[in-house]
Amino acid sequence: MNNQLIKYIAPGIILGAILLGLVPLVSFAGERGGFLNAGIDAAIFHILWFTLKQAFLSTLISVVMGVFVARALSRRQFTGREILLSVFAVPLALPAIVVVLAITSIYGAQGMFGGSFNLYGLNGILLAHVFFNMPLATRLLAEALNTIQQENFRLAEQLDFSDRAIFQNLEWPVLRNSLPRICGLIFLLCAASFVIVLTLGGPSATTLEVAIYQSLRQDFDVARALNLSTIQILLCLVLVFAAGKMALHNSALSSFKTTTIRRDGQSILARLIDGSVLAFAVFFIAPPIIALIASGLPYLNINFQAFLTSIAIAAPAALLSVSLAWALARANNFSTQVAALAALIVPPAVLATGWFLALRNFDQSLFVVVFSIIALNTLMALPFSVSVLAPAFAQIAQMHERLCAQLNIAGWNKLRHIDMPMMRRPLAQALLMAFVLSLGDLTAVTLLGTQGLITVPSLIHQQMGHYRGNDAGGTALLLAAFCLVLTLIAQRLGKPNDQN
Amino acid sequence: MIKIENGRYETKGFTLDINVNVPAGKFCAVLGPSGAGKSTLLSIISGFEVLKQGEVIIDGKLASPSPSARPISMIFQDHNVFAHLDVWNNVALGISPNLKLNDEQKSEVVAALTRVGIAHLAKRHPGEISGGERQRIAIARVLVRNKPILLLDEPFAALDPGLRIDMLNLITELQREKNLTVLMVTHQPDDAKFAAQKVIFISDGEVQNCISTSEFFRSKNFAALKYLGKRT
Repeated sequence: MNNQLIKYIAPGIILGAILLGLVPLVSFAGERGGFLNAGIDAAIFHILWFTLKQAFLSTLISVVMGVFVARALSRRQFTGREILLSVFAVPLALPAIVVVLAITSIYGAQGMFGGSFNLYGLNGILLAHVFFNMPLATRLLAEALNTIQQENFRLAEQLDFSDRAIFQNLEWPVLRNSLPRICGLIFLLCAASFVIVLTLGGPSATTLEVAIYQSLRQDFDVARALNLSTIQILLCLVLVFAAGKMALHNSALSSFKTTTIRRDGQSILARLIDGSVLAFAVFFIAPPIIALIASGLPYLNINFQAFLTSIAIAAPAALLSVSLAWALARANNFSTQVAALAALIVPPAVLATGWFLALRNFDQSLFVVVFSIIALNTLMALPFSVSVLAPAFAQIAQMHERLCAQLNIAGWNKLRHIDMPMMRRPLAQALLMAFVLSLGDLTAVTLLGTQGLITVPSLIHQQMGHYRGNDAGGTALLLAAFCLVLTLIAQRLGKPNDQN
Repeated sequence: MIKIENGRYETKGFTLDINVNVPAGKFCAVLGPSGAGKSTLLSIISGFEVLKQGEVIIDGKLASPSPSARPISMIFQDHNVFAHLDVWNNVALGISPNLKLNDEQKSEVVAALTRVGIAHLAKRHPGEISGGERQRIAIARVLVRNKPILLLDEPFAALDPGLRIDMLNLITELQREKNLTVLMVTHQPDDAKFAAQKVIFISDGEVQNCISTSEFFRSKNFAALKYLGKRT
């Protein structure tokens, strides 16, 4: 097979999977005489409005808190700072259903802070989204602050800058540069969020993604699902491209260390502000984690069948995702960059709707169901896998492209002697990340699964629904611990190689 | 040996006109202000950049478009070695990209390592040896590749003065032994005085044909005087 052809295999597979989802939608629309044939009624308009409203508020709260927390963390050295950073890393590793359980056990009717407000609806969705995305925003913003040169701070000190002047002249410019990208990313994640809205939303608090699922699988209203899907694709298309070249950043795994030494922010007021900001952040992040441990520990149990099912789905999904990501990251041109974002542009519920329509005339054997769940997980993990591998490939290219060209190291020789040894760590890191994502997945299994198919996250979901909160807590704690350990290993692998 | 007639290189907001004829078996320094296009000239000769107009003629023949097919070895300022491979394998790559060597080829590697004085480091990795020793790996690889042309792109810029002199000595010795045609980009006019027989001077978007080193340092060329800091 020639090289030109090989290049198109990975984007071809992804395009095929997307088309398999879109073609049935289009042909169904053709039969019905148009895409929005069922019309956009007030209910659909309300769903669209709520989708945007919750995403906007989640983004706003996450990013505003993120700015303050990132600033406090980057200018302050104190005992316990390392512990604080580790606590902040936890939400990024947790599956959505585990976070939902943790939040309900704190703020739900029976929880410690329960009763003061109604968790279900906008409140719960915002709590969960901010729990996930505030640490993410903090991390990305702290990284931006880290790019300020040490010399700039020394100059500021020499010129006797006030804290306010430092913020205006040093911190705000780098924050402002990265804010559009960060806001775009978080808005997109929240707009397409499924599990959190499914479990914490309600009849009047639902998003397009969840409404598509409900129309198709609960109301069997294909026309309505098609209407919603059309709107959802348009929305995601706009969001993905509005966020610009939003190469998903690998920062969820970066080491989060301040390299510059800062001596500003010593006034009592600055200490007070930073202290209260950090205290508030801890008060927000820590209780659900503590509740998860406290409520799960006495009921630790493992359902081996669910566990094995989860692994049987997550392992092939991770392998497939990373293989595709390898090819995309290596080619790294516009079409492969778009291919990597396929599952963001055509979100899971839409793809699942299309696949469901395409496969409904076939025998719904367990094999087909499991395969489609693996495929959806593969696509969902793809943006993250590519974000790990692409920079590593770029670095190899930058360092060694010319030397390899001159020494005629290409093809198999390059793969074996150059790419593989140098990519070993990023490869393992991407595999672990994709595995953790698929292991905690409730989206694909809900969208495509059948009654008999039970994974660990779907088991937790079931136990929660049947008022078996104790069992759910025990299972969730085990899953959380497993994901956390794997994520920590992935983080270790992500640290710069000290070979050179 | 290396000839470019009426060559023109163009990229965003930068053009370089090239008329140059480098004689075989000479050590030629490439001098000029920062950003003048010294590295670009080497990239064009080695095939990493392509001329908009004109051709690169090597040894009377049109140069192949593939960098690996040109009779050229190049040493860069850094990234000349693969950090994950030991010294031996880094040199062996110059003979065979799949690292499968027969006995004769293995003894060539030993000879090259010995010639540049790092035979005792064969099993070490580049991270464990000094910057000067790392550049010696690149020179050993040049020896095993045995190509008549050697291009050096500021290879010793990051080395201490003493080490730099050692390396320059090594290169000039090898140049004489193997009768190599050498082009070396440098920021140090002293390097040119020390090692080079010829000088190519690049300024204001133009590559000037190579002249003898002594002629260059006596030249009344305004741009050259300005570059050397002799402008009155």
